[in-house]
Amino acid sequence: MKKLIKKAFIATLPVLTGYLVLGFGFGIILRSTGFSVLMAFAMSLFIYAGSMQYVAIDLFTGGASYLTVALTTLMVNARHLFYGISMLDKYRGTGAKKAYLMYTLTDETYSLVCGELSGVQETDRSLYYLLVSLMDHIYWVTGSVLGAIAGGVLPFSTEGIDFALTALFLTVFTEQWLSARDRRPALIGVAASALCLVIFGSESFLIPAMLVIALTLTVIKEAKP
Amino acid sequence: MMNQQTAWLSVLIMALVTALLRILPFIVFGGKRKTPKLVEKLSRSLPYAIMGMLVVYCLKGVSFREAALFVPSLIASAVVIALHVWRRNTLLSIVSGTVCYMLLVQLVF
Repeated sequence: MKKLIKKAFIATLPVLTGYLVLGFGFGIILRSTGFSVLMAFAMSLFIYAGSMQYVAIDLFTGGASYLTVALTTLMVNARHLFYGISMLDKYRGTGAKKAYLMYTLTDETYSLVCGELSGVQETDRSLYYLLVSLMDHIYWVTGSVLGAIAGGVLPFSTEGIDFALTALFLTVFTEQWLSARDRRPALIGVAASALCLVIFGSESFLIPAMLVIALTLTVIKEAKP
Repeated sequence: MMNQQTAWLSVLIMALVTALLRILPFIVFGGKRKTPKLVEKLSRSLPYAIMGMLVVYCLKGVSFREAALFVPSLIASAVVIALHVWRRNTLLSIVSGTVCYMLLVQLVF
């Protein structure tokens, strides 16, 4: 058990640093828009989706409708459907732990559990997955709560810190761009969104953009491997 | 700006939708049924396109009418991309770009 905890902790170290920093940034921004430490805690515990929580602050300040909130969450987090699909086999037979494993399948946790697992006994597999998922969850909640607390007492101006979200997405986009075999989906995403932004304006372009993207990706042929 | 009650209700909606998205595949495809071809195809391409959309979403406030409304974003974005191509270190790219942007909006523009 002790060995398993150690193995899981070492595996989650990259996520530890990432979640503490990004969670911290989220907490600071949320606090700076007038929400409480409790709100940061509840969002990170229950929503537990980094990009979406940053976008949520935008929705709060923009006074979005419930429908926009639901649809935006649907599109921003739609990729999680595909994580689930690719984890069907690995999470089969994990028993009572399965509900929590499914609920906490974030981008980062997925990146840790999707690969082949070596050095863990078959009977310990579900426990190992549980430990990794739980540790990541704790890092994220801790980072955001600390950020929200610090946000109230920081001695310097945090104006412009909201760029962290843009930087996060740009980094992921660049990483995907460099490693993708087929760059058309990335281009379609940018082009369709920019086009809809010009046509529909900054307040209402997300939903048409999502429709155009889903439709275009459905009709194009995949590149041959 | 949302009031506190609306914001809390929105948090509930976001939590439910996110949980649903994460659990649904296990409910729908958990049995012996085979995953449809279209779902498999979209699962490969959609993550790339959505990230492109999110980048545009973040930069939606950029306007070319005034230098202060686009120069900081432009420079900071270039820093993020260049650093990331060079070092491939996610945290380094994010922190450097954000600090660069904060310095630009607070001290220069």
